[in-house]
Formats: sequence, C-alpha cells, structure tokens
Amino acid sequence: MKHLLSIADLSKSQAITILNTAEELARASDGPMKKLPTLRGRTIVNLFAEDSTRTRISFEAAAKRLSADVINFSAKGSSVSKGESLKDTAQTLQAMGADAVIIRHSASGAAARLAESQWMSGAVINAGDGTHEHPSQALLDAFTIRRHLAHGGEDLAGLHIAIVGDVLHSRVARSNVLLLTKLGAKVTLVAPPTLLPVGIESWPVTVSYDFDAVIESVDAVMMLRIQLERMSEMFFPNAREYSRYFGLNSDRLRRMKPTAIVMHPGPMNRGLEITADSADSARSVIVEQVTNGVSVRMAILYLLLAGVPEGEGVIA
Amino acid sequence: MSLALPAPDMARAITRISHEILERNSGSESITLLGIPTRGAHLAARIAANIEAIEGRAVQHGTLDITLHRDDLRTRPPRALMPTVIPSLGVEGRNVVLVDDVLFSGRTIRAALDALGEIGRPQTVQLAVLVDRGHRELPIRADYVGKNLPTSQSQVVRVQFTELDGIDLVSIEDGATQ
Repeated sequence: MKHLLSIADLSKSQAITILNTAEELARASDGPMKKLPTLRGRTIVNLFAEDSTRTRISFEAAAKRLSADVINFSAKGSSVSKGESLKDTAQTLQAMGADAVIIRHSASGAAARLAESQWMSGAVINAGDGTHEHPSQALLDAFTIRRHLAHGGEDLAGLHIAIVGDVLHSRVARSNVLLLTKLGAKVTLVAPPTLLPVGIESWPVTVSYDFDAVIESVDAVMMLRIQLERMSEMFFPNAREYSRYFGLNSDRLRRMKPTAIVMHPGPMNRGLEITADSADSARSVIVEQVTNGVSVRMAILYLLLAGVPEGEGVIA
Repeated sequence: MSLALPAPDMARAITRISHEILERNSGSESITLLGIPTRGAHLAARIAANIEAIEGRAVQHGTLDITLHRDDLRTRPPRALMPTVIPSLGVEGRNVVLVDDVLFSGRTIRAALDALGEIGRPQTVQLAVLVDRGHRELPIRADYVGKNLPTSQSQVVRVQFTELDGIDLVSIEDGATQ
C-alpha cells in the first residue's frame, strides 16, 4: 500500500507487520545513537490544518530519527488561513518535492481526497480527519496493549477492552474499534446514549451505558477526551454528572483486574473524564503511549517510504 | 544445481571456524558473536554451541539486523525488520565476530559495521562466513571462511539449515539473476 488513510484499509497481517516493525524500531532507537540513516534524503511534510501537539511532534520525532527532512506546515500563519484550498496547498507541496504528507484536517475524508487526487504523487498519512479516523493513534494503542497484555502473542485475541466516553466525536474510538476487533480483541463501548453515533448497532462491539458493570471484567480501559471544541449542543446535563457516571476515579480504579491498564490518547481533561490520581496511578500507561507513538510512527514511515520511490511500496 | 557442501562437510567447516575464532582471540572470554539474520543468526548459534562445548563455558552471542542501514533500500519493496539481540555485556571493548552465511558483494557487512557503530565501539570487529563466493564490490574480507566457492555472478548460492529448511546443505544453483 502506498498511503495510510484508514484502519479499514489494513489487513490483519499488515497491522501485525506494522506492530512488529515498531517493536524492532523501538529497540533500535533505544541505544546511545538514536538516529538511523534509513530515510536520508526524503522530505516529509507535516500539514496540520487543525491543532495538535503530540501527534505532530511524534511524527516529527519519528521522521527525524529516521533522518528524513521535516517541514512543518500549520494552518495558522500559512496561506491556508488566507483561504487557500487543499488542492493549491497540495500542489505547492508537490512542487517542493515532498515524498510524504502527514495530514490532519477538520474535514472527514480530507486525507483520502488528497490521496485519490492527482494533486501530488507522495504518500499520504492520515493524522486525524474530522470525526472519521486516526489510524496511527489506534496502532500505537494496540502496540501498547500488546506489549502489556499479549504475553508475547502477535495479536490481541482474548482481551477485553472498554472504550469510554465521547465515541460520537472520536476518530480515535473509530480507528480503535476497527483495529482492536481486527486483532481479535473484544471491545465494549461505554458512553451515554447521546454520545454514541447513529448506527452503532452495526459496529462489531457491545455497548453499555453502565461503566460500573463493565469495569471489573476488562483488561484495559481507554478513556476518551470530552471534546469541548466539538460540543455545540448539550450532550449531558453537566460535567459533574458526566464524571460521576462515566469518569475514571480511584474507586473504579480499585475494582479493575490486577493486571488491567488505563489508557488515554491525550490531551486529558483532568477532573472530567479521568481524575488526576487515576491518570498518575501505577496502572496508567498514558505517558508510555506517547513513547510508543514515536516507534509506531517510525514503523509507518519506514514501511511507506523506505522502499522503491515511485509507485508500489508494499506493506506485507 | 550442484552440491557444494553436504552436511558433514558443513559441520566440519563450522567446527574449524569455531577453533580458529578461539585461537585468534585466546579463548572465548572477550568474544561476542553477532549473527546477521536470518541464516547468519543460525550459524552464529551453531558456532556458539561449538565454542561452549570446546571451552566448557557460555560465550556471548546475539543477532544484529542490518536492514535499516542497507544502501539498496530504495530499489526494493520495504523489507521486514528482523530482531536485534545484543548479549548482556554489550559490544563496548569486546572482540565482536560478525557471522553471516554467504559473503558476496560485501554490502551487507558494510551495513553491519554501520549498525554496530550505533551500538558501541568494539575493540576489534572480525568476520566469519560459511561461504565466500567472491565478486566483492567493497574492500571487505573475511577473517574466517568455511569454504571458498568460485561462482559466476548469475549463480545463486543457497545455504540451508536444519532449523529452517529441514536439511544442512550448501548448493549452487543457476539462477536468472541473483
């Protein structure tokens, strides 16, 4: 495959290849010399038309550890804020010789549009498009779960994972449901009915409105951020009520399985979906998720860019 | 196809290499064997087992994947990465013996030297190969050679190990391209 647009495009074996590659790259960048020469001479553009800290920095760190040149391009302070279209921006990047574009955009499908158009020839990596998908986040989450809970296994068979919170607006949840079930895990979504998308019954998941009924049986809980910037209407009566029913607190933390882990894609609203003591507890792998993110993104860049320059790069 | 090295000859060659490594380094204490995956890693494990049998104590051995340092990455689809396992004492100040199955252009070994440099600074780096088939493209030579096999560029040297292929065998095949 040439692009990484969506988890739906990946086969199970391709996903496992990415995770295994990330495992080796994590080891390779563990030594005293963090920089590898693999992508020397390649230009990677970070095109972020929506705010992001960790995804952009993570991709930048990944690209730099593989010796690629990185150009950061954010909507603020660029021609995008003057109203330049995605097409003109893409053609500009093509003219500059970008080998890959990492794109975050508030419109669902923006990455796919860029990949399918003839505007540019490089690889397109989706770093979050609207409420659609965030594939690299799901891959780093699966990587983190696999490291902690799979006991050396390649997939996530037999594990039970709860994704809790604002599923409606969450591209992280969408990508994770696709990937975790593809890897054999059982996924339960926990959210108030107002924060679940229409058509949820067709997803390969179980749905629960009762966090307390689920908490004791899961191997990992993935807390989602309440996306205040996407809350144009009232989805729950108030923040305190949301925390009481759907937040992770020390009481729920205590009732989890001894081996279970706590995850959050960040940025956290401490005190809303997760209490500070839960976020900082021994079960929390939230900081580790960030570290793993760099390894997983190195694997994505390696598999998409290290091979033949034109045409058929293959993840297989 | 012609048979170049049947199983008994292969075993004898590996035993001789093991002795030569010990002789050159005055014992096994300072040695770290690093096999280049896939078949170099199996060869390194065999040499390590031999050395342990001769010396009566364990020798440091591991694997070193060189994929990220190859100079021909852009000519082929992306390759899967193989495990790198550095033994407990590391490579710093050690006598590192790189182990590979076939020495051909020398480009794999160049990449291995780069990969090794990222990990540390060995006292010496030596090279052991089961087969040296000639046609070097870089100024690299092996310190320990199982067998020198004169070949033409178009031929393929195939090394098989019981662990992977069910048989111990080195053969030369007439391939279209290498």
